[in-house]
Amino acid sequence: MRSGEGQRRSGATAVFLALFLTVFVVVTVYIFAARVFPMPPAISRVGHWIDSQYDLTLWITGIIFVMAQLGLAWMVFRYRDRGQKVHFTRGSHVLEVTWTSATLVLFLFLGAMAVHAWAHVHFNPASPNALKVDVMAEQFTWNFRYPGPDGKFAPTAPKYYNDANGNPFGINPNSKDQDDIVSPYLEVPVGQQVELRMTSKDVIHSFFVRELRLKQDVVPGMLIRVHFTPLKIGTYDIMCAQLCGMGHNRMHSTLRVVSDAEFQQWLKKQEAENQQ
Amino acid sequence: MSAPAHTVSEHAGTPHGFIRRYIFSTDHKVIGIQYWFLALTAVSVGMTLSWLFRTHLAWPQFVIPGFGGPMRPEQYLSLVTMHGTIMIFFVLTVAPQSGFGNYFLPIQIGADDMAFPRLNMLSFWITFAAFLVLMSAFFVPGGAPLGGWTSYPPLSAVGQIAGPGQGLGETLWVISIAMFCLASLLTALNFISTTIEMRAPGMSLMRMPLTVWAWFVTAVLGLLAFGVLLAACILLLLDRLASTSFFVPAGLVFNDSQPPLAHAGGSPLLWEHLFWFFGHPEVYIAIVPAMGITSHVLSNFSRKPVFGYKAMAYSLCAIGFLSFTVWGHHMFVSGMSPYSALAFSFLTLAIGVPSAIKTFNWLGTLWGGKIQFTTPMLFAIGFVSFFVTGGLSGLFLAQPSLDMPLHDTYFVIAHFHIVMGLAAMFGIFAGTYYWFPKMFGRRMNEKLGKTHFWISFVGAYLTFMPMHWMGIEGALRRYAGPGGLGFLERMAPIQHFITIAAFITGAVQLLFYFNFFWSLRHGEKVGENPWHATTLEWSIPSPPPHGNFLTAPRVYRGPYEYSVPGFTEDYVPQHLKPEEVAQATT
Repeated sequence: MRSGEGQRRSGATAVFLALFLTVFVVVTVYIFAARVFPMPPAISRVGHWIDSQYDLTLWITGIIFVMAQLGLAWMVFRYRDRGQKVHFTRGSHVLEVTWTSATLVLFLFLGAMAVHAWAHVHFNPASPNALKVDVMAEQFTWNFRYPGPDGKFAPTAPKYYNDANGNPFGINPNSKDQDDIVSPYLEVPVGQQVELRMTSKDVIHSFFVRELRLKQDVVPGMLIRVHFTPLKIGTYDIMCAQLCGMGHNRMHSTLRVVSDAEFQQWLKKQEAENQQ
Repeated sequence: MSAPAHTVSEHAGTPHGFIRRYIFSTDHKVIGIQYWFLALTAVSVGMTLSWLFRTHLAWPQFVIPGFGGPMRPEQYLSLVTMHGTIMIFFVLTVAPQSGFGNYFLPIQIGADDMAFPRLNMLSFWITFAAFLVLMSAFFVPGGAPLGGWTSYPPLSAVGQIAGPGQGLGETLWVISIAMFCLASLLTALNFISTTIEMRAPGMSLMRMPLTVWAWFVTAVLGLLAFGVLLAACILLLLDRLASTSFFVPAGLVFNDSQPPLAHAGGSPLLWEHLFWFFGHPEVYIAIVPAMGITSHVLSNFSRKPVFGYKAMAYSLCAIGFLSFTVWGHHMFVSGMSPYSALAFSFLTLAIGVPSAIKTFNWLGTLWGGKIQFTTPMLFAIGFVSFFVTGGLSGLFLAQPSLDMPLHDTYFVIAHFHIVMGLAAMFGIFAGTYYWFPKMFGRRMNEKLGKTHFWISFVGAYLTFMPMHWMGIEGALRRYAGPGGLGFLERMAPIQHFITIAAFITGAVQLLFYFNFFWSLRHGEKVGENPWHATTLEWSIPSPPPHGNFLTAPRVYRGPYEYSVPGFTEDYVPQHLKPEEVAQATT
């Protein structure tokens, strides 16, 4: 019942749509595959595991993406209305069961492959020799605390919080333990496992270092531990990844990974400043 | 199971007077259109807000009139918060479910109205009031809230001290959402009762159009999900106004010179659990009706039955069920148990299976068909493309270890805008172009419609694909600017590109508005069944009269009988008696 004119227009639309989808697939695959926008290089073993899991996922999703989009393009082009007879079918149980089971196996395989890195970060506690650092997040600053020469963290309480006096952790001024080192940036020795014990004064923040592939919310009322081992000397951005208020995008600090000798020097310098 | 015979005559009298007919109407069709116009108003506001904050991201020094200088971070965050809230609740929930569902669910099952017409009217007016309450937040001291559409406490629970907009603005946000939940709960009850109780004789479950399956599953999701968010909102309101501590822990200090806040014992994670217990089903509430519309439209314009109809119906149910088991994938980095993260991860990957079935079967529906590229068909095909692209990026985010670098980055923005925002929006457009002739007796202009499709389709991909790449590099969402971080400053060109693409995509929506209002008066007039379709809405006049059916309908076959061998026409409507269907003589 359609006019020849109508069919020609249908034909042009089909060709354009198929063409667009094909170009879209080619450009997308190129940009992902050529890593035009790469993640910064990972600086920890876990980071490398996550990167290879990312690659595996990119391959699997990439193949499905190409097949599905080009499949759509093909259907649109091949079955445009040219006055042909419809190939009547209501479906196919065999096909449906096949692709359902194939997807299930593939997706669960993907999930299983991802467990390793997650388990390493979150199921294993930090080693007892890990460098312990306390993290206090607040609108819109990161604070870090090292236990000082005595190796013990001093007792704290919210009522003693005093940023202006350099006491963002609220260390009890009456305590004998006054040797904790408080720093606005995170200085750690290369190759050493670091355990962060994080909490927040006010709202939820999130500790994010791209090169560690590590993100962890910092929640008031909770003490959350994470650990990592940086393997490359350098300075890296610490960002807040959870909306925390008007200064959210300016809430950053620096992770400084230095040699062990440099780290010891830094500690000494901080201790000396504490005693003044 | 069957509609009582007397219902047609009971509703036959059309109400008189403008107010009873068009304002406080209990007719499901009027209410459906009211919801649709509410969504149109809301989407206009939501899109304008996105233009404003996209302008800021590309040109931070540009002074937008009314902002009193370059946009401040708190203004930016308010715009983002309100954009998300408006789009998720008042557009993506309202248009596909409450709008089209209200109009077409009763008609497609052969009923004369919803089960509870007065309740239906109440639901609409509560939703409308909720929208006004939300809008009023722009005009109160401190302005609109800045805590994001997820409104995490303590940021959302402790008042102005946490930031401008967190005072009265945030209170209005919570009240508005609570009202919205209540209305949606009532709508869900109505949809469920109607589907179960009011189907015409012969309309068995397996003869329901997939749109009806979709609205029904969505209503069940709404019933279970909105109740939880309603409770959460009430608790949050109590924390804000009555100094309770459901979500606020002890010892919070916002200003060192002040003593700690007088709250103790609450848990911010409790809100996250309640919110996402609602929030994940909510994304399916937005997209499941669009899935139904897509199946419906693809079948119609491929001139073929839906491939694997039963699998399509069951997979909707499976998606609905699984959607209540995956909320924790929003919380992998929240501090909840890392062991439960694995359970949530595998369940999330499992939801990919029914989603894959749907995609395969949509392609199967096109396969071997005779595809007519009408405007609704183009939007339905666009839906499939978006659903594939956006669904696949979900496989990255479903893995907790990959979520660590990607969580809260632009990658997530790209993912949910494509799979939920764009796909659902294309479902809404497909539905609008498809049903406009039924609703108004005229067709929308096809040329304008196709132009609208092409620029929207290409423009939306240009807007959102680059966000994946920004996210992979580590660009975080809800950042009012680079904040002095070098790698974010180097992304300025890509921010310009996205903003320009967003402007063009947004501007072409004006063409849709024009087409819609122009066609109301000047569109080509059509009869009962302009698309040669099979379902019950095409068996009645366009627009349908009050009470819908002139004679009580009876259903004789499934919903997608296209090109069935042995018949003269390439479609066999559901309502035709077997003896009324012309057999092919050969």
